Amino acid sequence: MIPLAGVLGAPLLGVAVLALTPGYRLSARLNVVLSLVAFAAALLLLLDRPETNRFLLIDDLNVVFVVLSTFVGFTTSMFSASYIGHELETGRLTPAYLRFYHAMFQVMMFGMNLALVSNNIGLMWVAVELATLSTVMMVGIYRTHEALEAAWKYFILGSVGIALALFGTILVYLAAVPVVGGGLDGMAWTVLLAHAGGFDPKLLDIAFVFLLLGYGTKVGLAPMHAWLPDAHAEGPTPISAVLSGLLLNVALYALLRFKILLAACPGGIAPGPLMIALGLLSLLFASLMLYRRRDIKRLFAYSSIEHMGIIVFAFGMGGPLGNFAGLLQMVMHSLTKSAIFFSVGHVAQVKGTQRIAEMGGLTETHPLLGWSLVAGVVAIVGLPPFGVFTSEFLVVSSTFARQPLLAVLLVIGLLVALGALLLRVSSVAFGEVRGPVRRVQASYVPIFAHLGPVLVAGVYLPGPLVAWFQHVAVLLG
Amino acid sequence: MHGLSFEVANTLAGLLVLVSFLMIYQDRLPALLNVLGLHAFILALAVVWQAYVQDAPSLYVTAAIALGFKAALIPTVLQRIVVRLGIHREIEAVTGTGLTMLAGMGLVALSLELMLPVTTHADPVTREDIALALSVVLIGLMMMVTRRNAVSQVAAFLSMENGIDLAAAGARGMPFVVEISIAFSVLVAFLVIGIFLFRIRERFDTVNIHALDQFRGERR
Repeated sequence: MIPLAGVLGAPLLGVAVLALTPGYRLSARLNVVLSLVAFAAALLLLLDRPETNRFLLIDDLNVVFVVLSTFVGFTTSMFSASYIGHELETGRLTPAYLRFYHAMFQVMMFGMNLALVSNNIGLMWVAVELATLSTVMMVGIYRTHEALEAAWKYFILGSVGIALALFGTILVYLAAVPVVGGGLDGMAWTVLLAHAGGFDPKLLDIAFVFLLLGYGTKVGLAPMHAWLPDAHAEGPTPISAVLSGLLLNVALYALLRFKILLAACPGGIAPGPLMIALGLLSLLFASLMLYRRRDIKRLFAYSSIEHMGIIVFAFGMGGPLGNFAGLLQMVMHSLTKSAIFFSVGHVAQVKGTQRIAEMGGLTETHPLLGWSLVAGVVAIVGLPPFGVFTSEFLVVSSTFARQPLLAVLLVIGLLVALGALLLRVSSVAFGEVRGPVRRVQASYVPIFAHLGPVLVAGVYLPGPLVAWFQHVAVLLG
Repeated sequence: MHGLSFEVANTLAGLLVLVSFLMIYQDRLPALLNVLGLHAFILALAVVWQAYVQDAPSLYVTAAIALGFKAALIPTVLQRIVVRLGIHREIEAVTGTGLTMLAGMGLVALSLELMLPVTTHADPVTREDIALALSVVLIGLMMMVTRRNAVSQVAAFLSMENGIDLAAAGARGMPFVVEISIAFSVLVAFLVIGIFLFRIRERFDTVNIHALDQFRGERR
């Protein structure tokens, strides 16, 4: 029970402490320490798993995500510490806002961790909402015209999504009541799963449609994606990194829990085709949209929509191989995309703008920063030797074996996105030097801490890890 | 007794749908906010009835929240914001009221058609409640799409949330989560809306979403 208390308690403590700590240097450090504590506690969860109760649950599926989320939270807090110093210097943020920012960062981590470990579908909903609202506040933190519009759009679309998800949750409960009786049991996921066979399949179908649309809005699936590029582009870059790296994953995780439930209920619709359709739509739409991007953070935000599309598609195809590929892609995307945002954050500080047209020759002026951005992009478009290549290859090959026509569409989407991203990033990294060249205290540790495992995964996946993923993939049905 | 409890619950839920329709054609913000208050008031009545019928004391808390926050506080605060922003006399161009009303009727028919056949195992009170709650949610969603003003979008969102509360109250024995989520969402809606509207005023001197939309991110 102690590790679990650490995962949830460290951020909760952090909210209180950071809200009270004056001085941004101290609070930035405290933020790192608290995030490290949560990460360490998450690692302990691998060894010592608490017993499941009606509220909290640690199983093979979510332990991966808890470790991933606390890890990315930890590295992001390190990146954030070096990033915000610069923001203070340029006067984009004031110390009072930074205090708020740090407290909100921990609120968000708490919300996400709680959503991942909750065994109660109502509690999970509350946690996702908490995480969403804390990010809304942070997206608007610069208080510029653009930031406020982005935050407003995110708030409105996010609320609609979250409302639909709650309606779906209520319907799941209603489906459960005749079988497991009312009260807490009707919302405990493990109890629901054990009795899912007896649920009314039609009611569960309708519930899933609401949940897919509701949580799908948070995942950023087209056509409910409109908030995502704005929120990524206008908020502080550490928040873009956690949005792409974590929040999208958490929403998808919630969806996966319900997918498992539906799979356990014979007579229900197969969630697959719905997910395949939304996934493909997001992939194709986002990859085409990538060409016209002029803002570098917006570019990578569309790439996140594209990847979420691939992942939802993979889970929609299902089967051991499809689910395996989806899980691997989720982990790889999370690590790679947040590493890219770490680089992009510093690049934008170097150039003093996010406009791609005003950047150029980065590898000449800032070799390390430039090359880490290039490495991140090479990884994210799915080129070897990085891990995304492995997972995308698995998605494509498993699809070819079952639905060749869908695989063709998938490959078209992937290639279009590859072209667009390489085109854009080559103009930033190579060619003549454009834009101002400022010195920035960049922190490379978080970037390499992310790209390192992605590179290793591309070359060699350790046996126990593969066995673990395979086991979870079977659970996903 | 069962017949009566069913009739009353059904009437209250039906009234909520009716008030949703009233909201559709309000083109003045103060009037819209008054109707929003009425909406929450009827929700409170419906929840009180559910609490009585189900003998679930915790639902009285939910009803009190609906009455205190949603029916009284939020409309009052929004009214003050509207006056402060000086948009209380403006007439919002509500496009195609007739068509929206027709679409609303379609949505009600859709929700009944969708929910009644699949909830045959549930208690009849729950059944009707859920079906009508879904229509309130869908009408709220439609209003969010058709309205252009930030305040009326928020009003539409709150009416949608009322629908969800009705569904949650109707689901027999749904655990504590209802209260948490309601208190939570009310608090947060209040907080965020207040901050946002204030900031929007501060920055743009308008709450018309169209004015915000001129910026689409990349046309700088």
